[in-house]
Amino acid sequence: MMADFFFVLFAVMAIGGATAMVLARNPVASLLYLVMAFFAMSGIFVLLDAHFIAAVNLIVYAGAILVLFLFVIMLLNLGGTARSDLRGPISRMFGIIVAGSAFGLLFFMLRRGHETSMAGGMGQATIDAMLQSQGAVGMVAEPMFRNYLVPFEITSLLLLVAIVGAIVLARRSAP
Amino acid sequence: MEIETYTLILSALLFAIGTAGVMLRRNVIIMFMCIELMLNAVNLTLVVFSRSLGIEAQVFVFFVMAVAAAEAAVGLAIIIAIFRHYELVDVDRFNLLKW
Repeated sequence: MMADFFFVLFAVMAIGGATAMVLARNPVASLLYLVMAFFAMSGIFVLLDAHFIAAVNLIVYAGAILVLFLFVIMLLNLGGTARSDLRGPISRMFGIIVAGSAFGLLFFMLRRGHETSMAGGMGQATIDAMLQSQGAVGMVAEPMFRNYLVPFEITSLLLLVAIVGAIVLARRSAP
Repeated sequence: MEIETYTLILSALLFAIGTAGVMLRRNVIIMFMCIELMLNAVNLTLVVFSRSLGIEAQVFVFFVMAVAAAEAAVGLAIIIAIFRHYELVDVDRFNLLKW
């Protein structure tokens, strides 16, 4: 009952924040609505027993990536635009049709996937046992460092390349 | 369990809102934020499926986050470089790859 209440609360926060982000005129307000939506999504991760992912989502996504966006918005001095940059009625209708069909497609695909995965699934008891024996971090760390060690190392290389690329691209005097 | 079904619907809805944002807005930074929302909606789907198909899905969530961080850094650097030249962030006005 408690979990249901929090799920509804977080779902409403996430959808409301996302919608407000799309519609807000000021980019800074838009970004803060997105932070609210991500915060609510972290709450839903907790409800799904993914405690580590919830913490990383808060620290990395809401805490670091979105603050980077905030830096750029403020660096470019974009806050407080008076004119809305929403597109005109024809593109608006087209966009809503595309988004609606994306939703419909995802809905049917996810429903099929959900039915098949539920058939041979692990169940709540297995997840509780894993949380109990390995802990929230160990549960994710074990497959990551046992089966996915090479992709993990490649990720660090990717981040290094991204750092160098960002510095080269944003440098003041291009060669 | 009920919560998985509703979370999948929620993630599809958030992905659709992100798509709508990319289609509706002209501000390139807001479009970029909508892409982040779509990435996180996919993370939500992966976590739901990790409950039934194995905990490895949460490792992929971790990789998605790392790629999103790299993408945000490079994308924002490109936006800064474009802004330095055009002095605006309206995607309809970017029409040259080389200047």
